[in-house]
Parts: sequence; C-alpha cells; structure tokens
Amino acid sequence: MEQKEILALKKTAANIRKGVIIATGAAGSGHPGGSLSITDIMAYLYFKEMRINKEDPRHPDRDRFVMSKGHCAPVLYATLAEKGFFPKEDLATLRKTESYLEGHPNMNSVPGVDMSTGSLAQGMSAAVGMALAGKVDKKDYYVFVGMGDGELEEGQVWEASMAAAHYKLDNLICFVDYNGLQIDGKITEVMNPEPIAEKFEAFGWYVQSIDAHDFEQIEKAVKNAKKQKGKPNMIVAHSTKGKGVSFMENQAGWHGKAPKQEERDRALAELDEYIASLEV
Amino acid sequence: MSDKIATRVAYGEALTAMGEDERIIVLDSDLSKSTMTDMFRKKYPERHFNMGIAEGNMMSVAAGLATCGKVVFASSFAIFAAGRAFEQVRNSIGYPNLNVKIGATHAGISVGEDGASHQAIEDIALMRSIPGMTVISPSDAYCTAFAVKAAIEHFGPVYLRLGRLAVPLVHDENTRFEFGKGTLIKDGSDVTIIANGLMVQYALEAAKLLEEDGVNVRVIDMHTIKPIDREIIIKAAKETGCIVTAEEHTIIGGLGSAVAEVVCSEYPVPVKMVGIEDKFGKSGKPNELLELYGLTAENIVKKAYEAMQML
Ligand SMILES: Cc1ncc(C[n+]2csc(CCOP(=O)(O)OP(=O)(O)O)c2C)c(N)n1
Ligand SMILES: [Mg+2]
Repeated sequence: MEQKEILALKKTAANIRKGVIIATGAAGSGHPGGSLSITDIMAYLYFKEMRINKEDPRHPDRDRFVMSKGHCAPVLYATLAEKGFFPKEDLATLRKTESYLEGHPNMNSVPGVDMSTGSLAQGMSAAVGMALAGKVDKKDYYVFVGMGDGELEEGQVWEASMAAAHYKLDNLICFVDYNGLQIDGKITEVMNPEPIAEKFEAFGWYVQSIDAHDFEQIEKAVKNAKKQKGKPNMIVAHSTKGKGVSFMENQAGWHGKAPKQEERDRALAELDEYIASLEV
Repeated sequence: MSDKIATRVAYGEALTAMGEDERIIVLDSDLSKSTMTDMFRKKYPERHFNMGIAEGNMMSVAAGLATCGKVVFASSFAIFAAGRAFEQVRNSIGYPNLNVKIGATHAGISVGEDGASHQAIEDIALMRSIPGMTVISPSDAYCTAFAVKAAIEHFGPVYLRLGRLAVPLVHDENTRFEFGKGTLIKDGSDVTIIANGLMVQYALEAAKLLEEDGVNVRVIDMHTIKPIDREIIIKAAKETGCIVTAEEHTIIGGLGSAVAEVVCSEYPVPVKMVGIEDKFGKSGKPNELLELYGLTAENIVKKAYEAMQML
C-alpha cells in the first residue's frame, strides 16, 4: 500500500472515530470501546475493499458486511455516514426516539446496513446464510463480518463455524476484534475463549493473525483470504479497545458508557490533533 | 389422497411440488426424514442444506439467505424451532421481517411415545407474540398444501405448525382457503366451535353429536391464528351467542386466547376452551394421550353445553 493511501485511510478512520464520539456523546449511551477498536478495519473495508454503491445499497451483487457485534452500531453508522450513505449530521440522533439510527443496527431503517444485529453470534450465522446464497447463485460477492472476542463465548458462533467450514464458504471473511475485553472485564477472566486462532483452525477455517490497527496487514490478510479456496476465513485482529482516544484505551469501563460533554470535547480535540499531524 | 395423512407428510409433498420455484431453499437440522423435507432433498438436492443439530444457527442462517432474495423453509421439531431457537426466530427473522418459513413438525402431544420433552404445547403462544409473524396450524393435507402455497406467496416470516400423527381429511379438493381467513366448514346458529390442527376432526364429531341432540352447530377451521380472522369470530359471536375453541396446545396463549382477545374487545359472549390445561405432555399412544388430556369430541360437547348454559 502506498504511503499516501495509508495516510488517507488513517484520516478516514480518525473521522469515523470522531463520528463514534459525536454519536455516543449525543446519545448519552452506547458502545464506544469496541467501536473504536474495530474502526481501522471498517475504514479499510468500506474505503478500500468492498464493492458497494451508496446509490444502490441493496444491489444483489454487492459485497456485504455484517456487524455481528451489533453493539458497535456507532462505528457502523459512522462509517456509512462517512461513506455518504446518509448525512453525517444524523449521527447525533443516535438512539433518539425520532431517529432511524437504532441503538443496534436495523437493516430496514438504516441505508447500507446489511443485517439487523444486536444479539451476539446471530450476525455470524446470518453471514453464513449470505455466503451460502452466494454459492447457490454462483455470485462472486464476499461477505465480511465483524465479531467480538467476548462474542466467541456464545455457542452459536461454533455452530456457525461448523456450517461455514462444512459448506466450504471461502467467500466469507470474518474479523475477530481481539481487544481482550468484554463487559465484566478481561475475556480470559470472564470465560476464556482462547486460544482463538487454534480453535478456528480446528473448526476448519483458514486463520490469519494481524495487528488490527495496521492497514497494510489488514489489506494483506484480506488479499490472502481471497486467494485461498475451500475454507471460510478468520482474521484474528489484535486490537486495543478504545483505540485513538487516550483515556478510553484498554479500559473495560468504556465498553458501554458514553462520553460526557467534557470527555467528548477532549476526545474530539485529540482526534483533531491527530488528523492535523497526518497533514503535515 | 388416502384417508389419513400426517400434515408433516403433506408439507413435504407440497414443498416438493412447489420446488420448481428456484428461490426456495430448504434447511433442516438432522431431522429431514421426520420433518419430510427429505422429499424435497431427493428432487432438489442443490437447494436443500442440512444444518446439523444446531437449530439456533439454522434460523439465523435462514435469515441471511432470505436477505439475498431466497424463500427459505427451515425445519425442525416444533419444540426446537419455536422453543430452543425462539430468540433467533425473534431477532434474526421476526425483527428484520425476513422471508423465512418455519416448518415446525411434531407439534403437540400427538407426538406420542417420545413424551413431554418433544411435545411442543406452547409454540403458538411463543410465535404469535412476535410482531409480524404469521402463524398457521393446518388441519389436514388439503389445508397444509394451501398453507405451504400461502407461505410462499406471502412475503415475511411464517410459522407452519405441523403434526406427526396421520389425521383424516376434513376438507376436500373443493374447499376454498384464504390467507388470514377462517374456513367455515359447517354453518349453524346455536354455538360455534372454532378449532384448528387435528382438533378440527373432533370439532366435526362433536357437531354431529350435538346435532343429534338438536343443537345447531357452526364449525370453523381457524388454520391461520395470526393474522386472526376477526370478522368471522365477531359474526359467530353475534349469530350463535357462544363459542368453544379446540386446540392441541396449552390454553394459555393459543387459539382459544386469540379468539377470546377478539371476543372480549368486540362482542363479549361466553368462550369455553378445549386444550391442554397448563400441564406438560407425557409418553403414550397418541390417541390415548388425546383422551387423557381431554382433547376429544366428548369434551367439546361438554364445553358447548357449558357455554350455552351461560347464556
Ligand atoms: C446474546 C447476547 N448476550 C449478551 C449480550 C450483551 N452484551 C453486549 S456487548 C457484550 C460484550 C461483548 O464483548 P466483545 O464481544 O468482546 O465485544 P467488544 O469488546 O468488541 O465490544 C455483551 C455481553 C448481547 N448483546 N447478546
Ligand atoms: Mg472484546
């Protein structure tokens, strides 16, 4: 990837992070931590990788993205808004009674959302269904999925994993946002899902491990995934929860808590400063 | 058609007969020889997928397929389809209003020998509580063929409640079914029996017994519990003055409740319910169990008199 391109993606990601802060700040609730840890992957997918068209968000041949960890709706919405699926101003209406931006993704109210999610693990299964439909129809689209590491504790993840491998869904590319944290604390202390890569390998997946905040690694992994045949793809993305906002980083407490006015301003200032530093 | 045919068999046949529609995808969960989707698999193996013993996953996979324009039939036993996978049906299928048809077989106590763990008696209550979910409990093979066709034609989630036990035909090839409408089988003026599923045959038997006694009975097959045919219920309340419902389901939240909800708010008259009275099922021969739980023509007759006496 060219340096120029990396800079552009970094800037886009920072703008998406600002969207997450603005949205959750205005809502007074929502999930910034896991939104910020998967932001770089979202920026890469929507701004470099996916075959999508904001003018025709339901095109049958489009690539799909399912936010299986639906509580990270803020980053999905901020990405879609950044991409132009709907006005960025609307992000500040998140979770409000009169808004179409539901607390968890709603495919029927938000343009660009491919699946309604919120109940952990169901999105992964739905993505398996989309990938299976792609095989039945002999279409060449890809289905991307964003999952949480805590989400892996849900039994349905492993049901879906078996099905994806059984039907050789190599058009399915999942990311586990491996930030090590869930609501009640460290994943290893709440209910240890590790070793993650080995588990998916045992389930018959093609597994790669990357740094979730390195665009070159993200791209390389996706390109690799697209080359291999016959297995579903898991990209275990080592990340920092709350990435990009210093006081939110690695704090389980920022999983499902919105920034107060002062915190919001501080976070936005940090991100603006970061964007300015990219432009020098 | 032979005299007796299980609605699950009629389901497998109807699905296979309509299988030319390439949008149809059938999912099963290691029960295809019991749910009868195996018939479809034999004819259209490329559109039948076994999802293994993982009903929750199957429902969400069905949802994903439906987002890609497929008409998906997902089958399992009713207890697992509506019970174990309830939340997947609610959140993956119901909430996004996806085009998934749940073919739930082995509903009710007529499952027989397998016993209570396999006898779904609360599935209708669960399914009809989901906004936008259509719920159909067909009475015989004709009614099932209609239900499968209606499910394909109707866009949105549908729950088809099917039985294991072979049941007699209560309709014939001339019966005209309509989506969301109860089917009047017999007109009458003294009392109305509203039944569905395998209870329709007993409703007709009960009507015969009552007629011998000079009571003029109306019988309605309320195959579609949701959306419920309010009109036919209100008309029955007004014209016959009392109602008996009969269902192979707990009386909490099923057909009886659905009928009572309409009657109470629109035209209050006595409603007596024949159904399972807040108990689990048990092992036994289907017909002995129906007797044991009061799912009989005699019990319908008894409740009809009770209803008429309240007037
Ligand atoms: C089936 C289900 N159970 C519980 C929840 C509540 N919940 C929301 S987020 C969350 C923790 C998720 O942790 P993780 O998957 O690690 O997400 P991330 O760290 O990326 O935010 C839980 C338990 C849910 N949404 N769905
Ligand atoms: Mg986590």
